[in-house]
Amino acid sequence: MKSAAASEPVLIGQPSDAELGDQLLAPVWTRLPRGFYIIMAIAGLLSLLLLALVTWTIWTGIGLWGNDIPVAWAFAIINFVWWIGIGHAGTFISAILLLLEQRWRTSINRFAEAMTLFAVVQAGMFPVLHLGRPWFLYWLFPYPAVMKVWPNFKSALPWDAAAVTTYATVSLLFWYLGLVPDLAALRDRAPGRVRRIVYGVFALGWRGSARHFQRYRIAYGLLAGLATPLVISVHSIVSADFAITQLPGWHSTIFPPYFVAGAIFSGFAMVLTLMIPVRKLYGVGNVVTMRHVENVCKMTLATGWVVIYSYACEFYLAWYGGETSEMYTMFHGWTTGPNAWVFWLSIACNMLVPQLFWSKRVRNNQWLVWVMSLAINVGMWSERFSIIVLSLQRDYLPSSWHGYRPTMVDWGILAGTIGLFTFLFMVFLRFVPFIPVQDMKELAAELRGSRASGTADDRKESA
Amino acid sequence: MRGGLLAEFADAEALLAAIPRLMEHGYAAVDAFTPRPVEGLDEALRLRRPRLNWFVFLVGLAMALLGLGVQWFCNAWSYPLHVGGRPAFALPAFVPIMFESAVLFGSFAAFFGLFYLIGLPRLHHPLFDVEGFERASHDRYFLAVDARDPHFDRGATGRLLADTAPLRVVPFGRLP
Repeated sequence: MKSAAASEPVLIGQPSDAELGDQLLAPVWTRLPRGFYIIMAIAGLLSLLLLALVTWTIWTGIGLWGNDIPVAWAFAIINFVWWIGIGHAGTFISAILLLLEQRWRTSINRFAEAMTLFAVVQAGMFPVLHLGRPWFLYWLFPYPAVMKVWPNFKSALPWDAAAVTTYATVSLLFWYLGLVPDLAALRDRAPGRVRRIVYGVFALGWRGSARHFQRYRIAYGLLAGLATPLVISVHSIVSADFAITQLPGWHSTIFPPYFVAGAIFSGFAMVLTLMIPVRKLYGVGNVVTMRHVENVCKMTLATGWVVIYSYACEFYLAWYGGETSEMYTMFHGWTTGPNAWVFWLSIACNMLVPQLFWSKRVRNNQWLVWVMSLAINVGMWSERFSIIVLSLQRDYLPSSWHGYRPTMVDWGILAGTIGLFTFLFMVFLRFVPFIPVQDMKELAAELRGSRASGTADDRKESA
Repeated sequence: MRGGLLAEFADAEALLAAIPRLMEHGYAAVDAFTPRPVEGLDEALRLRRPRLNWFVFLVGLAMALLGLGVQWFCNAWSYPLHVGGRPAFALPAFVPIMFESAVLFGSFAAFFGLFYLIGLPRLHHPLFDVEGFERASHDRYFLAVDARDPHFDRGATGRLLADTAPLRVVPFGRLP
């Protein structure tokens, strides 16, 4: 791209190993930046609200929610799909962009992975609560029960259980493996004996041996290779929850790619939402540069177009299929039925807003980008609302048609998960280096090397 | 590596320049300690590639088949459920869980296989007793020769290491 020549590089300046180490490890033990406590307090209060509402839900039952026949899925499944989708961009950055050798992924890799991890925590809560009797969760797994019945593996629910638990576990392993050399750096640099011991235990005795690094990189690459199809599979399986049913608006073969694209789209928006305040708050603009902001904007725009294509496909297939109920749901139920404004909101946020990213001036205006990323987050939540609620409101049998209304408990739980997500993310920012230190040292050395050998590095970078 | 000699270097280039000198003299039990992966270090130390990928592949494959077996046992053998005339053994419906089993246990194999190969976790190591070795995770590059190497001789090896222009050469751990 021609215009990219004027952009910032992926790393400003030529920092030495020591400078990078000092700068990137410092957030763990220096004074907290201003504003940290305020955000932490709000997030903490919302987490307490979540705890209270979840306890109440388990105590009383899911009658507290707005779910009813015919809209039996509503907020629980909307939030589940939304949160797990957000996680997908983290795995995309850490696994797929690693295999594609994209240098700009390095500095945003770790907190994108942390975002994945904490988003999956929120997501995992919902299907369990939605069971109604969450204490029977273990019925989803094949164990030798006294009643001699097994889970029905032809249903999408055990698929979901397998996909989400696998995703959470593999994301955790991947994240922790990337963290080990940096935990060793923390063990060696942190002030105070207690911290050194704690980080030392978590560093597992890492000493930076060349033999260890060789095997480490092989294992890291293998995990990336395993996580790549995994990230595609998780949202495909989530979409199968919908696609294998007969309901108009759900029964469609476009769903798996459509869901995966939507997931990565919303995830990149969340990366922007987190990245812009973090680089401001911690003054790491030399490592997470405007190039990163711009690249994530471009990824959002690209995946946004896949989403637009999927919308078009969905409506086209409903029309081309010629099935009366399907056509009614898509062309009347969605566009003019109860709650139709949510559908139009998702169209505005997901189709129109990202188009501003075509402009370089917009991509370089980080506060505008931040507001847009929030709009896309809202838009993707609305999209899941449309798919679930607007389709369920209008199924085959007109006598069962009914509108849907969420309760305050629904809204409270949604707000609570946002709070818990923020809380966990702030804890992460405090206790581990949120930019991979050893990877940044490697990147700096690579950039030094290509500068020394006289290759036109910047041109290669912008390709 | 229970003991030996350790040389400290200021940068990766000096470390990489020193290694061929040792290799020429036939040393094999040589290891480097660096704050980041260094390009060309594996080749310089003549490290062989472990077969971790095959291990991961075989574990993944075995667990995919086990995943299929469990689903077949539950739904087709032990308690066949007949719903809507669908076959009890429905391979396409069993694929998602086969795939997830392969990925889950393949990842366990990669993660735990790695730590088995490199002999970690291990909370202490004689190298950690060396004053200043903590900079191996920060900005210094170290080269160690194991005392168990057949060519190892405290005087000769020490002189050879000193010849490569390190910042310093120090003994560590138990020496013969």
